[in-house]
Amino acid sequence: MSNAVPGKSRPKYLSLPALLFEIRLPLPGWVSILHRISGLLLFLSLVWLLFMLDRSLASEPGFDAMRRYAGLLPVKLALLVLVWAYCHHFCAGIRFLFLDLDHGVDKATARLTSVIVFAASLALTAWFGVRLW
Amino acid sequence: MVERVVVGAHYGLRDWLAQRITAAIMAVYTVILLAMLIGGAPISYAVWQDLFTQGWMRVATLLFATSLAWHAWVGMRDILMDYVKPAGARLTLEVVVLLVLAGILGWTIQILWR
Repeated sequence: MSNAVPGKSRPKYLSLPALLFEIRLPLPGWVSILHRISGLLLFLSLVWLLFMLDRSLASEPGFDAMRRYAGLLPVKLALLVLVWAYCHHFCAGIRFLFLDLDHGVDKATARLTSVIVFAASLALTAWFGVRLW
Repeated sequence: MVERVVVGAHYGLRDWLAQRITAAIMAVYTVILLAMLIGGAPISYAVWQDLFTQGWMRVATLLFATSLAWHAWVGMRDILMDYVKPAGARLTLEVVVLLVLAGILGWTIQILWR
């Protein structure tokens, strides 16, 4: 900032209410923070997912047990959230790869591609949700 | 090229690049796995087990798991560097992440070559 005055007190919009209600992220910002949140979510659920893969591959009774387990409503909802997390992380990640290659960095295109990321990841989540429900 | 003082750091480029390459590997695996699951027979235990005991699938899944561990390490380290400032807490959490990822990799090998 060229006109910044040193020593002048400035408002700091970093309180939680400010983060939640005052700072309005542009759409590409939402893609970015949700990319981080979905990645964290996926990391945190790795052990759980691997446990289910382990049981389902270990034996036929294990497979049936996991199928019943995945049918429980809370488990199903949690899995649906993770499906969304994977889809969003996947779509947003591809967008970031293109940005790294300097494609679509101007404002209009960046905004359009973030709309596409949201639309694609939600549509994919809905599709998987319907198929798996 | 910027003149740099050698301090033993690699300036993050290797991690940055690794995160992108592993992302591409995982994306390809994801598409292949989905195509197999959607295009194949309805998933019963036999179909499910057959899929993961094929030689190429074992190797591909191991490649996926390795990519995932590396990718998640870079991502989690980024998150910890951004939000956890005390050095001790950050180091502890980084070690926890590494142990979890190493454990997951070992577990995946165990599952695949049972």
